[in-house]
Amino acid sequence: MLKQIEGSRAVAEAVALCRPEVICAYPITPQTHIVEACGEFVKTGQLQNCEYVNVESEFAALSVAIGASAAGARTYTATASQGLLFMAEAVYNASGLGLPIVMTLGNRAIGAPINIWNDHSDAMSMRDAGWIMLFAETNQEALDLHIQAFRLAEQLSCPIMVCMDGFILTHAYERLEIPDQAAVDAFLPPFVPRQALDPADPYSIGAMVGPEAFTEVRYLAHDKQLQALEVIPEIHQSFKEQFGRESGGLFHTYQVEGAATVVVTMGSLAGTLKDAVDELAQEGPQVGVISLSCYRPFPRTELRHALEHARRVIVVEKAVAPGAGGVVSMDLRMALQGVDCYVKTVIAGLGGRPVTSPSLQSMLRRALKGELADLHFLDLNRGMVDRELARQRRGIATGPVAENLLKDAATHGAD
Amino acid sequence: MPQTKLDELSDQQKVKFYQKGTFTVGNRLVDPDKRDVQASQDRSNAITSGHRACQGCGEALGARFALDAAMRAADSKVIAVNATGCLEVFSTPYPETSWQLPWMHSLFGNAPAVATGVQAAMRAKGREDVRAIAQGGDGGTTDIGFGCLSGMFERNDDVLYICYDNEAYMNTGVQRSSATPPTARTATTPAVGDAPGNVFGTGKNVPLIALAHNIPYVATASVSNLHDLEAKVQKAMSLRGARYLHIFVPCPLGWGSAAEDTIKVARLASECGLFPLWEGELGVVTGSDPIRKKVPVEDYLKTQKRFAHLFKPERDEERLAALQRMADHNIERFDLLREDKEPAI
Ligand SMILES: Cc1ncc(C[n+]2csc(CCOP(=O)(O)OP(=O)(O)O)c2C)c(N)n1
Ligand code: SF4
Ligand SMILES: [Mg+2]
Repeated sequence: MLKQIEGSRAVAEAVALCRPEVICAYPITPQTHIVEACGEFVKTGQLQNCEYVNVESEFAALSVAIGASAAGARTYTATASQGLLFMAEAVYNASGLGLPIVMTLGNRAIGAPINIWNDHSDAMSMRDAGWIMLFAETNQEALDLHIQAFRLAEQLSCPIMVCMDGFILTHAYERLEIPDQAAVDAFLPPFVPRQALDPADPYSIGAMVGPEAFTEVRYLAHDKQLQALEVIPEIHQSFKEQFGRESGGLFHTYQVEGAATVVVTMGSLAGTLKDAVDELAQEGPQVGVISLSCYRPFPRTELRHALEHARRVIVVEKAVAPGAGGVVSMDLRMALQGVDCYVKTVIAGLGGRPVTSPSLQSMLRRALKGELADLHFLDLNRGMVDRELARQRRGIATGPVAENLLKDAATHGAD
Repeated sequence: MPQTKLDELSDQQKVKFYQKGTFTVGNRLVDPDKRDVQASQDRSNAITSGHRACQGCGEALGARFALDAAMRAADSKVIAVNATGCLEVFSTPYPETSWQLPWMHSLFGNAPAVATGVQAAMRAKGREDVRAIAQGGDGGTTDIGFGCLSGMFERNDDVLYICYDNEAYMNTGVQRSSATPPTARTATTPAVGDAPGNVFGTGKNVPLIALAHNIPYVATASVSNLHDLEAKVQKAMSLRGARYLHIFVPCPLGWGSAAEDTIKVARLASECGLFPLWEGELGVVTGSDPIRKKVPVEDYLKTQKRFAHLFKPERDEERLAALQRMADHNIERFDLLREDKEPAI
């Protein structure tokens, strides 16, 4: 059914169609509308046989999810930013225990300075936690990925984070196709856990493992991710057959064939980038775009294949690893070892800064002329940075940076 | 009923039947339905022999009694969630496990929440006959897991939480927790300086804090009175909603007490008033176990090396008096010297 609907609510509808048995909720912007809607569905009876637990922290949210999943229930939760960090210990625990929890991450920056707007630093902080990490490009894809995620998680017994850009997707109203219950039921079989806490067949789950087997346990976690590289395209195909549309898979390509320059990105930025390269194509060569829908596992071989003929790869990413550069770029450089091309990093959209098509176009023009630095911060206000650096050179006790910059912006304007 | 793996396991265990100490010989004199679960051949042996606890470990003893009693009360349909700590580590050294019931360890500070999850799953599946128990040490309960514990209480989730209180972080080598008594020596409150051992803080009485949540049932218990402990577990299991049981479990290694004195040390703790045994329902204290033979706190303190600096090189009169005042305050608060001194079997 077509519906004009907010991204968050659409995701909640998708989750409800997957018939979760336990949902844990703790509010954080921009995830709130998702868990609010889930709670409403349970209360109205739209979602039946489901326990909705309002917990006292994100740490508890994921912990309740861990208990529920280990007891054999299909389990869902959602968070963002500080919430993800607050549950960090449980994030690793859920994957270590192989529990197929599905969690939405409404991507948001991490403080300090506190910032409620979108970037990917929350997701990147947990990139090695052993979760499968999917990124939605559009709200339709966000909705669809949740339905796929439950099937994938349960098939591999691995937790999945479905990432959708905070506000840009979570709060955007769009016309979306909401599948009907029968189609979702046909696509998503009931949950049969690999392991479950059951008095009729008692297991000990979560026992200590020492050096004698820890490497093997971790190897198997890696292997599970490699299996996901095969299962994700299968699920993508079967979703297409069932629902008649393309959603998910490992990554999406746009005008990549024959392009010497390809931009790689994740999430909603892909839309703006496609517009930007199209406009640019009127004055120069066609630039391709790849948007990753699967970030963990990182589809190395597949990306290498897709980028075989590219000579310039520009990664536009919404997180920065201070002192190192771009996180996705590092993964991509590994994937492209031996391919005759260079990889440049563009950090964009931090803390919700709008990434506009004109900015992207001027960045790409420089890239095409070979003028782009290895690490480039899109739309960085150089004057503001230089004035603060000068202040710091003058003395040690210069005060909080964030406040200085706000004062600076007030005097100089945001340039 | 079909024979389950659990039945098979307990069949194998039946041969193991240990004669018990003097206090339980009296079992034969009480009504059959009031006899110890441990005195029965078909107890479930929830935590079975072969684990790696130290000799005389109060926690191992307490856990065995508590869980066997819970298993009996719930017709063996119990799922246990364990916080990180001695109990978790000594019971599940890879690749072995002592647990004869479905058991899960997740993290140090989240056992109450994980148990809430287990219980929510059972509810969603219409399996409310399966009961969830969470358990942890004093550190896991009164410190790092406290937020999750209070949340579980406040929602009145159908979970029995059992705290095994050995008054310090034993698993990591005896560091101070918020349950460590004033003056006690631990690795992080060494017996040096002007005021050796732990500080006199304000205390953090988690059983009373639990009671303040108005949950259906709160009790303290001790390995010195195992019959009472079993009865409290049984009572807790007869109720639904959040329930809290705080069990006093001496740790010979951390306390510097003799392994064979665990029960004696625990008894002295209650008889001097430092660890009162009481129970409460819905925010109200409903009963306490009166002291049969009152002893001064120093009789208790002297059994343990962690308090040795209170007596040597000279007696620390001031701080001994302060500890006695703590005990006297408990005695008054829970009316432990009242006349009806019959133990309530
Ligand atoms: C988040 C976290 N912090 C610290 C630890 C280290 N740690 C493991 S067990 C333990 C002590 C447990 O003390 P308690 O809960 O009192 O149980 P006991 O061992 O005394 O029975 C500590 C500090 C941990 N595992 N996880
Ligand atoms: S250190 Fe203490 S609590 Fe831990 S096993 Fe030994 S006696 Fe038991
Ligand atoms: Mg302890």
